[in-house]
Amino acid sequence: MSIEVSGVNKKYGDFVALENIDLTLPTGQLTALLGPSGGGKTTLLRIIAGLEEADSGRVVIEGTDATRLPVQKRNVGFVFQHYAAFKHMSVARNVAFGLEIRKTPKAEVRRRVGELLELVHLSQFADRLPSQLSGGQRQRMALARALAVEPSVLLLDEPFGALDAKVRKELRDWLRRLHDEVHVTTVFVTHDQEEAMEVADEIVVVNQGRVEQVGTPDQLYDEPANDFVMGFLGEVTRLGPVRLRPHDIEVAVTPGSAGALEGTVTRLLRVGFEVRLTVQPDASPTAGGNGGGPEPVSVVLSRAHARSLDLELGSRVWLTPAVGAATVPAMVAV
Amino acid sequence: MAEVRRHRNGPVTYALRLAVVAYLVLLIGWPLALVGTHAFENGTEAIRGIFEDPDMVAALRLTAVAAVVATAINTVFGVAVSLLLVRNEFPGKRVLSALIDLPLSVSPIVVGLALVLVYGGRDGWFGPTLESAGIEVIFSTPGIVMATAFVALPLVIREVVPVLKEVGTEQEQAARSLGASGWQTFWRITLPSIKWAVVYGVVLTLARSLGEFGAVKVVSGNVLGETRTATLAVEEKYLNFDQEGAYAIAFLLASVSVLAILIVSVLRAIGARQATR
Repeated sequence: MSIEVSGVNKKYGDFVALENIDLTLPTGQLTALLGPSGGGKTTLLRIIAGLEEADSGRVVIEGTDATRLPVQKRNVGFVFQHYAAFKHMSVARNVAFGLEIRKTPKAEVRRRVGELLELVHLSQFADRLPSQLSGGQRQRMALARALAVEPSVLLLDEPFGALDAKVRKELRDWLRRLHDEVHVTTVFVTHDQEEAMEVADEIVVVNQGRVEQVGTPDQLYDEPANDFVMGFLGEVTRLGPVRLRPHDIEVAVTPGSAGALEGTVTRLLRVGFEVRLTVQPDASPTAGGNGGGPEPVSVVLSRAHARSLDLELGSRVWLTPAVGAATVPAMVAV
Repeated sequence: MAEVRRHRNGPVTYALRLAVVAYLVLLIGWPLALVGTHAFENGTEAIRGIFEDPDMVAALRLTAVAAVVATAINTVFGVAVSLLLVRNEFPGKRVLSALIDLPLSVSPIVVGLALVLVYGGRDGWFGPTLESAGIEVIFSTPGIVMATAFVALPLVIREVVPVLKEVGTEQEQAARSLGASGWQTFWRITLPSIKWAVVYGVVLTLARSLGEFGAVKVVSGNVLGETRTATLAVEEKYLNFDQEGAYAIAFLLASVSVLAILIVSVLRAIGARQATR
């Protein structure tokens, strides 16, 4: 096991940033710490790195107790959201920094820097200053700089958060490929569930200072441990007594299966290949309304399917959960 | 931008410009130019006279030594205090920050008197102890250096603090995560990123230190050839109707300061160009 965090607590004044975190991350994996802003995921990452000190608890990296080790002795690579490029040094000197600190022989430094710049596709920019690079290039330089010291773990704090959508997407794919090449244990923080699901082997959902669930992207999506995880990983709607994903609802235009929820299409929106429906269920005792009638249900289906059902505004529909749909019981409204 | 351009050629702009230029010429340019012309009234004779008088050479040397030492002290102290003020939270931080500005607002002559009260050899608070240990502060070079350092204290700090705030701590954290110790981080990351601010601060401090008069007058004792600095010599010569000599030294002092300011503006231009690259 590469990183073991046990019983970690952290408070900022009265604010509880992390509460009794236990977490084990295996060697060689790409793990995402996913959660809303202010949920404590960055604090957890910084505690693993040693940039922040936990109030209590232990951090073990590659079998060494790192709890009391300062950041420069932990041999971690850290990549910051805003790159933290050394502005007064060329790209090559940035990457060489960790090696020079370790008194690596000059020829060796030159060779390693050449390799790393090759790896992050920045060879032709070796002599530029960071300010002459684009955001994506700067972040790749920061990655090469962190990898130069051959860290036992690579930690990335919202690495693509400051980049525009297209570059984000490219770098995401690139990070995945890089990890498949380099195989260093990697943990990255993100608040973007799509990013986490696309890149990570394993996702740790962190919310309000606690770990909500740990699992592969599929596990989290298909078997969310609770309402929060379900809601954070994708859209959720409520169908009678359960909550489920809008695309996990079967739509029928004739009353067929028992227990189907009957309603009227009140909104129909086509976005690209999919059709989003808003269905207002008929008031009934089983729908569990709280005075103002039952809440509307969102449904997503493919365009072809919607056309085959001949749906339009005002159509009568019967809704049932799809077979094998991930559902959680709906919280009872008080 | 369009807004600026539209107003550029209006008559009000010209009037304002004229007023500013006139003000600067009348207050600074013309008087300083006159110092120059007076110094060279009889060719280079007056200047040569200064350099041939051993007492005057001693005065110039003392001024240079005091200014350089005071600048060195203020640079080290200034960078350290700036780091303390920007990177640490502690009770009394605002008080400290206000105290640092004090030397700019207190009259230098008050500074001199205060130093005599503490370090005066005969009845100072701390002076007799030092005196018995063989260290003379007041009426000696250490006192002159102290007075000079006191009045020029805030200049480095006020240049460095905003730059330190702006560069933030991320680069330092990155350096630490790459294995650099605190000392290595300071030399390789922090200092290079505040380099220009330190340079401006040093040049300003040096210029200010060379010209210090009031505080030095009180603490130096003004002994010819020993504790008389260049500024004190200017006063002395002026009062003794040796106007040409006074103007000659004044010209030397002024040209060093002008040179310092020129260097600063050139450095600023270079720094700005590097920043925008």
